[in-house]
Amino acid sequence: MSALPRLGRMNNLPPPMELVAPAGSLAALKAALEAGADAVYLGLKNATNARNFAGLNFSETDICTGVEHAHALGRKVLFAINTFPQPGRTQEWRNAVDAAHDLGADAVILADPGLMVYAHERYPGMRLHLSVQGSATHADAIELMREQFNIQRVVLPRVLTLQEIERVTRQTQVEIEVFGFGSLCVMAEGRCLLSSFATGDSPNNKGVCSPAHAVRWSEIGGQLDARLNGILIDRYAPGEPAAYPTLCKGRFEVEGRFDHALEEPTSLNALGLLPRLAAMGVEAIKVEGRQRSPAYVAQVIATLRAAINAANLAPARYVVRPDWQASLSRHAEGSQTTQGAFDRPWK
Amino acid sequence: MEMISSQISLGPLLYYWPRQTTLDFYEQVGRSPVDIVYLGETVCSRRHELRAADWLALAGELRAAGKVVILSSPPLVETSTEVAQIKRLAAQEEFMIEVGEVGAIRSLAGRPFVAGPHLNAYHGATLAWLAGQGAKRFVAPLEMSQADLRTLLTERPAGLQAEVMVWGRMPLAFSARCFTARHFHLRKDDCGFRCIDYPDGLALRTQEAGDFLAINGIQTQSAQCLDLLEQADDLRDMGVEVLRISPQSRGTLDAIAALHQWRQGRAALPIPLPAGMRRCNGYWHGKAGIDWLGQEA
Repeated sequence: MSALPRLGRMNNLPPPMELVAPAGSLAALKAALEAGADAVYLGLKNATNARNFAGLNFSETDICTGVEHAHALGRKVLFAINTFPQPGRTQEWRNAVDAAHDLGADAVILADPGLMVYAHERYPGMRLHLSVQGSATHADAIELMREQFNIQRVVLPRVLTLQEIERVTRQTQVEIEVFGFGSLCVMAEGRCLLSSFATGDSPNNKGVCSPAHAVRWSEIGGQLDARLNGILIDRYAPGEPAAYPTLCKGRFEVEGRFDHALEEPTSLNALGLLPRLAAMGVEAIKVEGRQRSPAYVAQVIATLRAAINAANLAPARYVVRPDWQASLSRHAEGSQTTQGAFDRPWK
Repeated sequence: MEMISSQISLGPLLYYWPRQTTLDFYEQVGRSPVDIVYLGETVCSRRHELRAADWLALAGELRAAGKVVILSSPPLVETSTEVAQIKRLAAQEEFMIEVGEVGAIRSLAGRPFVAGPHLNAYHGATLAWLAGQGAKRFVAPLEMSQADLRTLLTERPAGLQAEVMVWGRMPLAFSARCFTARHFHLRKDDCGFRCIDYPDGLALRTQEAGDFLAINGIQTQSAQCLDLLEQADDLRDMGVEVLRISPQSRGTLDAIAALHQWRQGRAALPIPLPAGMRRCNGYWHGKAGIDWLGQEA
């Protein structure tokens, strides 16, 4: 897919939404910018960000190259420092904020109020975004963070309906960013301990969920078992396609029934909602997936770029093109997508 | 004479019990040696066996029985109705609030509160911020190990009390989706209030029948009952002022009694758990929360 330029502000229309892309590596960062991302978000190679996976994230040299590249194109680089500083180790997180500042971050994405205090006092001019891990689901939570730390943007948890997002958008002057595509957390982010319950490591304390080091696959007679720290998360019949054992997406037994008791392997896809999100004043659409390949980033971002441009140009005539949908479906978990909490199908 | 330093608290009832069961339970709580009682519906705003006025009446009765009563606000707030409920809770000044999420702090506008276990207070700077907002006590994150808790306590600001959950199924996650309704193929807004049939939640097992989680509406809990009663000495010596019991259908009053025995220097009593429930204490040991390190009961 070829790169598409970002369209400017149109008369009588809501301002164009910013497209925020994941970058788990320099190659992914370049792919995202090439495909038309307005901003990329990335993390340092340690537990200060919520995608602390082996082989992922940026050395400082790579970040310098990446920031330079992005700024030359007039795009932004956001630094995710969105885990919770652990006792006795506050300095590691403060160092990450210092590094982000020194490396030319356009904003830092933080979840922890204690770290916000530091960032706000040490770098009053630096833009602060409240991470989805900060679990701010209503205007009072967002406004408190603005009053206290002058946050400029909030990433909303994936638990709100469109109606709730619209209300929040009206009730705060903080910019609103929502997830538009990617793996779906069915639990409120920043509040989920399922991973540490099963393995010891969680998004909050280690920046991981269902970590790869705890995964064991075993096959007996064609039956494939996926375990996390010994706990059977899913069991596949011979020939059945298997998925990574993210524990909330496993199949379990409840009252004798075996099923995806919490959530199916599925991805969030807000393609059909873009004009409505823009109309209600949402400023940015975020794509999940810093752990995904540069090819994923390139294709998903190019698709969303085309869709957002179409939605900006003529919202009333916006339709989801089948090739966009097909492209995103190829990158969805279990090849399934959902509008998730946005339209609340379980209501 | 031995100094009695630890206070015993009872966390908010996380399940949906029938009205009379709930009232009977708190009547017994009133006669128990528990010091602090957290009250209110924190899981699902659709539950209505007790309404806000009923919880307030109960709060008055428990206070009359000599308990310190604190009203708990929910950890996950989505709808405008739920926001309005928090504002009403914050507007009353008779009882202190346990804050479930940061939005409630704004409504309190500097008045004293307890920072609940889901506020993610993992380090001293966040404790200092919470204290600056009015927190008088914080409840430690459930996934914190003994070693980390010890460090955290050295970082806490003067005058901020610490509370640790020591007994009961652990609330691990919250969702916009109701998993109990999902199990019954019901819509969340027309759920038939099936939670009422599961006084300790709905068991979720692995495909090889391993105990794993418990479904409680929008909340997912540990299948196992956290049990840190044997660590009560350590907790007191580390400077934790309040030990929290979380209500289950059986054993709750026994757990309160056991802690009371312990603080009086007497041997603790065995505690009956609801049928089939095992225990866990892995987080304390820096391991997976589901693990149990110690003797089987």
